[in-house]
Amino acid sequence: MGSVDLQSVTKTYGATRALDEVTLTIAEGEFFGLLGPSGCGKTTLLRAIAGFVTPDSGRILMDGQPVERVPVNRRDIGLMFQNYALFPHLNVRENLGFGLSVRHRPKAEIAARVEELLRLVRLEGFGERKPRELSGGQQQRVALARALATNPRVLLLDEPLGALDKNLREEMQIELKQIQRELGITTIFVTHDQEEALTLSDRIAIMRAGRVEQIGAPRAIYERPATVFAANFLGAANLFTGMVEAREGGLTRVRLEDGSLVTTRDEAAPGRQVTLAVRPEKMQVAAPGEGPNRLSGTVSHEVFTGTAVILRMDFQGRAISVFAQNDGGPLPRAGEALTAAFDPANAVILTDPAG
Amino acid sequence: MSRMFGVLARSYLGLVLLFLYVPILVMMIMAFNKSPLYMLPFRFDTVWFGKLAENERLLRATWNSVWIALANMAIATSLGTMVALAFARYDFPGKRFLQGLLMPPLVIPWLITGTAMLIFFFWTGIGRGLHSILLGHVALSLPYVVIVISARMQSFGAVFEEAAASLGATPWQVFRRVSLPLMAPGIVAAALFAFAISFDQFVISYFLAPVGISILPVEIYSSIRQGFTPEINAISTIVILVSMALMIAFARLSSFSGER
Repeated sequence: MGSVDLQSVTKTYGATRALDEVTLTIAEGEFFGLLGPSGCGKTTLLRAIAGFVTPDSGRILMDGQPVERVPVNRRDIGLMFQNYALFPHLNVRENLGFGLSVRHRPKAEIAARVEELLRLVRLEGFGERKPRELSGGQQQRVALARALATNPRVLLLDEPLGALDKNLREEMQIELKQIQRELGITTIFVTHDQEEALTLSDRIAIMRAGRVEQIGAPRAIYERPATVFAANFLGAANLFTGMVEAREGGLTRVRLEDGSLVTTRDEAAPGRQVTLAVRPEKMQVAAPGEGPNRLSGTVSHEVFTGTAVILRMDFQGRAISVFAQNDGGPLPRAGEALTAAFDPANAVILTDPAG
Repeated sequence: MSRMFGVLARSYLGLVLLFLYVPILVMMIMAFNKSPLYMLPFRFDTVWFGKLAENERLLRATWNSVWIALANMAIATSLGTMVALAFARYDFPGKRFLQGLLMPPLVIPWLITGTAMLIFFFWTGIGRGLHSILLGHVALSLPYVVIVISARMQSFGAVFEEAAASLGATPWQVFRRVSLPLMAPGIVAAALFAFAISFDQFVISYFLAPVGISILPVEIYSSIRQGFTPEINAISTIVILVSMALMIAFARLSSFSGER
């Protein structure tokens, strides 16, 4: 119960393609994140799954059944809005019972379910409050409980934690994940916050301009981004462009534009122009000297973050960052020379050229 | 300097209130004065209320006014609620044009609207009568109702309705259990407006009333021309007190449902 299949879903508004041939399969019980910048189509996609947006073409299947023509109220979904949309004229109890009440369930059943939900989100004793008498975190929990009230087959969350401050957000991330695990409900959520996507999702789809850029487990996408956009949007990336020279001993040798030599475990045909991505934390400050995977330059500035120092250096006309652990060792300062090195396993060849 | 300004501001306020309320107060007091010629000194008496109870003509006119105003309130408010909902929640071709059409009736003088209606109703065979007065009042108050309810609807988005639909509510349940309660304060205000517009309406009612049938404002007007007694003050006093009571009751009601 609760699989969602999207097949070439397309939606245009005037000249803009809000959704461009989106194809995705979300498995039962999966916690699936739609990540992207604003305007990438992620919210449109969520609204299409919910039934507020009718695709121009393509199919949306729930548990194998097409639902494009099924109205919102018969899709059997739970939807949590960014600003919660708790009914201001109803108290918490009435908000939670709304879904069952419109289905004409017996009063006793509704009351029992509401109690259960209040316990689930730890709001026993708040049943008589009006939404405006609750804190942001409490409102968020009521909204979640309300979306779960009818045991929907799919839970849809629109920026679920976006309206909370940072500390509360981290707390709620854990709680949300816990509740989702406990209930085993298929959950699709929209976020522009990469950390939230990484923490919560079983899998993530990175979206850009109405298209899905990359799908995968958080770790897989982070370690092996497919495109420049994916590499930059999920975490930070240092990009290098060059020409593949040869493949030998399990390593691909790439001659960068400035003449320096780097190697990667990724495969590419000799003569091809490639873009490589290396995460800042996968680069180390190395002893000066020549050799493969050693890049030299001058530190343009340094950012102290407490646990680490981010060293910036200009290389090939691009700023690259080296994430140096603050382990007490000496670190180069701004204006000083820096040699950064990385392991060939940590250099990823991207499928598109760097802009 | 600022002290003088304060004194000025206070006197200004005092004058405004004076000109607004003193005539009404005097009118009400005179309803209780014994003299038929409004002569002073004031001698308290309720004779005019007694006379009023016997004045068939005035009572019938009042009754006509009341039920037309109530019917107008019910019809214009229901229609206006639907129009406001459609404007706020749906996009359809010609929407802007239709919204634009709401405005001219507010500025076209009633005298002209009344004449136009008289000619139109005569032509189409609707004729004159209480039914055409009611029709005219509904047409006249509809733009006000739509504008008042639309203003309320702008204060909350479609998100609550979407939330209700996502929870399984049918379109009717969404309207009944979410849109309507949230619109309620606007609807109550609009209903009051519609009542008042109809109850006060003179020009259109005057044109559309057939011979022998009258409504209160028209009746008061003709009484004044024919020479009148403080019975008019008595009926006016009753009208003012009843409408104020209504107003207060409605205001109380709407402040209960008027959250957010």
